[in-house]
Amino acid sequence: MINYAIRRILQAILVILGVTMAAFSINFLAGDPTYALLGDLRGLSNQDIQDFRHRMGFDRPIPEQYLDWLNKAVHGDFGMSIKYREPNWKVIMERFPATMKLAGSALLLGLLVSIPLGIVAAVNRGSIWDRISMVVALVGQSMPSFWMGLMLMLIFAVWLGWFPVSGSYEGWRSMVLPVLTLSFYDIARNTRIIRGSLLEILGEDYVRTAQAKGQTPGRVLFDHALRNALIPLITLIGIDLGSLLGGALITETIFAWPGMGVLTVNAINGKDLSLMQACVTMFAVTFVLANLLVDFTYTYLDPRVRLQ
Amino acid sequence: MENSNKTPFDGNLDPFMEEIKPLRKRRWLIDLKRSPLAIFGIVVIVVMAFIAIFAPVLTKYDPTSVDLAVRLKPPMPFKGSTSEHILGTDALGRDIAARLANGARVSLLVGIVAVFISGVLGVSLGLVTGYFGGWFDDVLMRLADVQLAFPFILLMLAVLAVIGPGLWNLILVLGVTGWVTYARVVRGQVFSLREKEYIIAARSIGSSSLRIIFLHIMPNVLGPVIVIASFAVASTIVAEASLSFLGLGVKPTTPTWGMMLSDGREYIRTAWWLTTLPGLALAITVLGINLLGDWLRDVLDPRTLIT
Repeated sequence: MINYAIRRILQAILVILGVTMAAFSINFLAGDPTYALLGDLRGLSNQDIQDFRHRMGFDRPIPEQYLDWLNKAVHGDFGMSIKYREPNWKVIMERFPATMKLAGSALLLGLLVSIPLGIVAAVNRGSIWDRISMVVALVGQSMPSFWMGLMLMLIFAVWLGWFPVSGSYEGWRSMVLPVLTLSFYDIARNTRIIRGSLLEILGEDYVRTAQAKGQTPGRVLFDHALRNALIPLITLIGIDLGSLLGGALITETIFAWPGMGVLTVNAINGKDLSLMQACVTMFAVTFVLANLLVDFTYTYLDPRVRLQ
Repeated sequence: MENSNKTPFDGNLDPFMEEIKPLRKRRWLIDLKRSPLAIFGIVVIVVMAFIAIFAPVLTKYDPTSVDLAVRLKPPMPFKGSTSEHILGTDALGRDIAARLANGARVSLLVGIVAVFISGVLGVSLGLVTGYFGGWFDDVLMRLADVQLAFPFILLMLAVLAVIGPGLWNLILVLGVTGWVTYARVVRGQVFSLREKEYIIAARSIGSSSLRIIFLHIMPNVLGPVIVIASFAVASTIVAEASLSFLGLGVKPTTPTWGMMLSDGREYIRTAWWLTTLPGLALAITVLGINLLGDWLRDVLDPRTLIT
């Protein structure tokens, strides 16, 4: 167990290093980032360009630049944003809670809806409820989340006027549409997976044994089958978090939600390179840490995995 | 088991195999007839492909020609519509039907070409790493971890921002980033296949590794690959639309569904059809492909063959 934990943590550190390296090298895909940052070169002498390059450190070897960046990042210094003229860390920390609020609520809503739906579908396999929920899940998985968001906005904000069109100024009412948009895909996918997992377990010998002993259907379902069927759900939460963070980019853009997603898209579009790196790192670290936690929980809960 | 009153099983499988042969052969056709959803999916794909291929012939307007006299006309049965523009016009008076047809072209082209690239890349890497293992395998799987730790869309967005948007850059980025799933699945399959007797037999009569990989192993892993690829076409089309929506897709003069949605967002209070129609086209296409993928999975998954 301890060995496993150490190996897993080392692996996570390796992945985070890899991600930061990738985020760093993206800047150099199109050659010297000096020109991308300066944009319009008119009125600048060669000397000015050289000075700027030197000041930004772009004249040093790329690995050296990366190590320098990493060294500062480990000490909490993610550089300055060109656009906001503030430390990147501060800019991110102002928006990170908004994104976590959105992603956390979406995760919670996703689980609250998909678990009962998946159970009902699996228990009544082949029934009309099963078919309806599977078709809904399939349609949900096929509906691009950003179109879903726009349709929710059109119906509930523009036509019915129940919720604000965008922004985050009206408390929970502002959150309803973005959270629905963000959780929709996860609801669809999780329902399918929970149904599949529960169906598999309902066919296991130990469930038949429980039935043969004369247990009530309710006890068989909740005490014997469900406990095991929900174990894959823990892994799902890890995957969900990835799609939620990615989905935040689009959902936040649609609803003008002032979080990390909008910040990142703007940093990318505005070529605010150091802010972009900081955002990408932040996303990746969040995702990797969450998955690390998920893996440990999983190992802890499933004795079959623990004993291996 | 019901045949226990007949001759006991003597270990000879031939009569049994003869019996199930035609069943297996016709199975996919029977399955297709039994599955109206799959038929619906195929119909959707065929219609979309037809629209995409014949887009210039089917619509009488150029998708980019501006006509400010007919700005923001709603689609046909609604008040204020004109029969000149059956699906209405956008804020610049451009014909929605023509733009949708052109969007189908871009979506299908990007979806199919990008998936082909990632499929070839992923399957080759999966075959090689699965068969040989070793340090290359370790490095590649760690690389896969790194890539999966990135929110997918963020990675593409960042790369496109740097190398510049455009159709072929988009296809390249979507194609190169899509390899992970194929590589992982194929690698896993190869792991279990490479110790099989027939592979050991092939090796012992002196077949080269290349021959074994492509002639003996590859055909056995193609089932899951086809299933992954069909779902990947759908998710790639959505990814393309999302990137276009965020402003980093194909160049702004080429009409795509994602860009139409992004333009339509500005007019959501006045012109509902600008956000509804392109999204509907996108969702129906993706649904059709997913339905086909679902059916392919049922047919090609050997585990469902028995039951």
